[in-house]
Amino acid sequence: MTVLVPLVVLLPLLGAAVALTQAKHPRLQTFIAVGVLGVVLIIGVILLFAVDDHGAIAVAIGGWDAPVGIVLVVDRLAALLLVISAAVLLSVLVFSVGQGLADGDRETPVSIYYPTYLILATGVFNAFLAGDLFNLYVSFEILLVASYVLITVGGTELRIRAGVTYIVVSLVSSVIFLAAIAMIYASVGTVNIAQLAVRIGELPHDIQLVLHVMLLVAFGIKAAVFPLSFWLPDSYPTAPAPVTAVFAGLLTKVGVYAIMRTEMIMFPGNELNTPIMIVAALTMIVGILGAVAQADIKRLLSFTLVSHIGYMLFGIGLGTAAGLAAATYYVVHHITVQTTLFLAAGLVERQGGTTSINRLGGMLKASPMIGVLFFIPLLSLGGIPPFSGFLGKLALFEAGAQDGSVLAWVLIASGALVSLLTLYALARAWSMTFWRDADEVADYDNPLPVLSQVGVVTEVKSTRSIPRIMVGATAAMVALSISLTVFAGPLYNVSSRAGDNIDGPEYYITLVVTGESE
Amino acid sequence: MSVSLVLVAVMAVLYSCGVYLLLERSMTRVLLGFLLVGNATNLLILVVSGRAGAAPFYGESDPLADPLPQAFVLTSIVITFGVSAFLMALIYRSWRLAHADVVEDDTEDVAVGRRDVSVAAEPEIASDDTEFGTRATAAVSTAVDLAEQERLEEAERLEMLHRFEEQLRREVEPLDTASLDAEPLDAERLDPDHTESTDGDRP
Repeated sequence: MTVLVPLVVLLPLLGAAVALTQAKHPRLQTFIAVGVLGVVLIIGVILLFAVDDHGAIAVAIGGWDAPVGIVLVVDRLAALLLVISAAVLLSVLVFSVGQGLADGDRETPVSIYYPTYLILATGVFNAFLAGDLFNLYVSFEILLVASYVLITVGGTELRIRAGVTYIVVSLVSSVIFLAAIAMIYASVGTVNIAQLAVRIGELPHDIQLVLHVMLLVAFGIKAAVFPLSFWLPDSYPTAPAPVTAVFAGLLTKVGVYAIMRTEMIMFPGNELNTPIMIVAALTMIVGILGAVAQADIKRLLSFTLVSHIGYMLFGIGLGTAAGLAAATYYVVHHITVQTTLFLAAGLVERQGGTTSINRLGGMLKASPMIGVLFFIPLLSLGGIPPFSGFLGKLALFEAGAQDGSVLAWVLIASGALVSLLTLYALARAWSMTFWRDADEVADYDNPLPVLSQVGVVTEVKSTRSIPRIMVGATAAMVALSISLTVFAGPLYNVSSRAGDNIDGPEYYITLVVTGESE
Repeated sequence: MSVSLVLVAVMAVLYSCGVYLLLERSMTRVLLGFLLVGNATNLLILVVSGRAGAAPFYGESDPLADPLPQAFVLTSIVITFGVSAFLMALIYRSWRLAHADVVEDDTEDVAVGRRDVSVAAEPEIASDDTEFGTRATAAVSTAVDLAEQERLEEAERLEMLHRFEEQLRREVEPLDTASLDAEPLDAERLDPDHTESTDGDRP
């Protein structure tokens, strides 16, 4: 079983290298990318079952033992996120393959797309497995550099402008993270997360606080937590639809995951829980107010993304095993649903030629399938039973009620409010795009001919059909999000065992230091 | 643990200059700022690694220097290098596209500020009682309307040309009237065909 763990990181990296050498054979590149992610998904599932049955696995790389060498750790939380992110990456890849085929860019493909995508996957997987703070930094850099390339792919003026904002903000967060690592190393002399957890407790209180806040700020920028979230709605919507989808699903969640690790293992005290809960409430409310004001579907979704980060922070801020379990389930739900919504928005853009709800209309008649594919994740994100969004919120509110403090109740109230506002913003977008007739739209003109003149899409005008692969990939994501409801029982049990695990750092420490679990 | 004061001072200067440059709008300066901040962080890692010592893994003589922070610094130098190469390509691309390396306002943000993208698609009449007031219009015109800016610049250039012409005429005119009054030989001197022969006489 230990052999499988490094493969999760190695396979996509090697796949990227091979794909890069095959720049002239896009078909082969596609095959490599899909194959690698498929294999990682299978490994992820195997690891999840193994870890859930036999306890977590820690692998020291290169034969150096724990405090010296780099450790990869798979516990339930990491394995769960590994599986879900591999599934999401695979579906989005298939979606973009469909889009690439339909755009007829077999002759002039962006030959770096697939290798970069695989490197992004490497970074995400490595971040989930990292048992070493510096390794976490490196995996952040891997995924960020890949994301810089993907967000500016094609190099149009809009994307460059959006990319610059994104890149500069990410660079600042990386510098803060690196500086935090330097400070941590200065104060405890190690970057191994398990060893850190032991030694940080012996530090004076104020130094602990400084280190803790620095890490939270660095991760908070990546997770798009309220005062640090301004960059996200600015930069995500201009990227190609599949890229936005995968960024929205995974990149912010990597930040959330890092915050979870920080709170639960490195700084297990409940010291900063109150500020985290306040920030969670602000993230929810400010984010959703932004979404309500938007007329562009992609920007609207970006704001809901920011807003729902607040729910996960709520679970983390509670600091209890129940809160963590709920946050874990919510992360899984949100990765799936938010990605699906962005993919569906990509389909809308393809079919309607725009994502502005002022210019769209009559889509339900034109393509009922897209309407359904958009509607189901919409209900889920809005928290309508029986979808996974409802279950996640219910679990969070239950954990909050168990906590019973005034702040927790305030958060429950704002969570319910934000859930309604999410439903309002998304339902408004849906009904204007799909429900109303095209002739209700003031001076409606079919934007497709315009598109074909611009030369963005050439085939849409003649056929106006959506490739089956794209619809299929989106439908698979919808099915995945529904399966989160169907298998909510076992999934929630895994989440709550994961919550139990990382609630106490002792488990993690003994695992990494002695190499044995339970 | 002893710390070299010089390193700390250099680090502080690098950080402050870097942060200042990062806040600029010009992307080239942002790149320079990033380089400074990155190097300041590398210095921070060196500073925290403790006192200098013999090369690790080499001799038995202690005290050895701590090798781990040096590995960190090497890694982060490589990352900084790659990212700055990418940023330079981006700046070049931006220059090719827009002939500007400034970070522009997000047009959607400005539009939301003007509220002309709301659901009812209201016309722009309400633009001067929004929170941005009339400034939003100005922001939009400077942010996106490069053509307008070009026209302005063109007009400015034309005006300067005019002014220059005027000035020239004003200077030449007295000369002309003077030359009319003077002997015809003087007027001939201004003739370009005869310049070669009279070069030495010209002021």
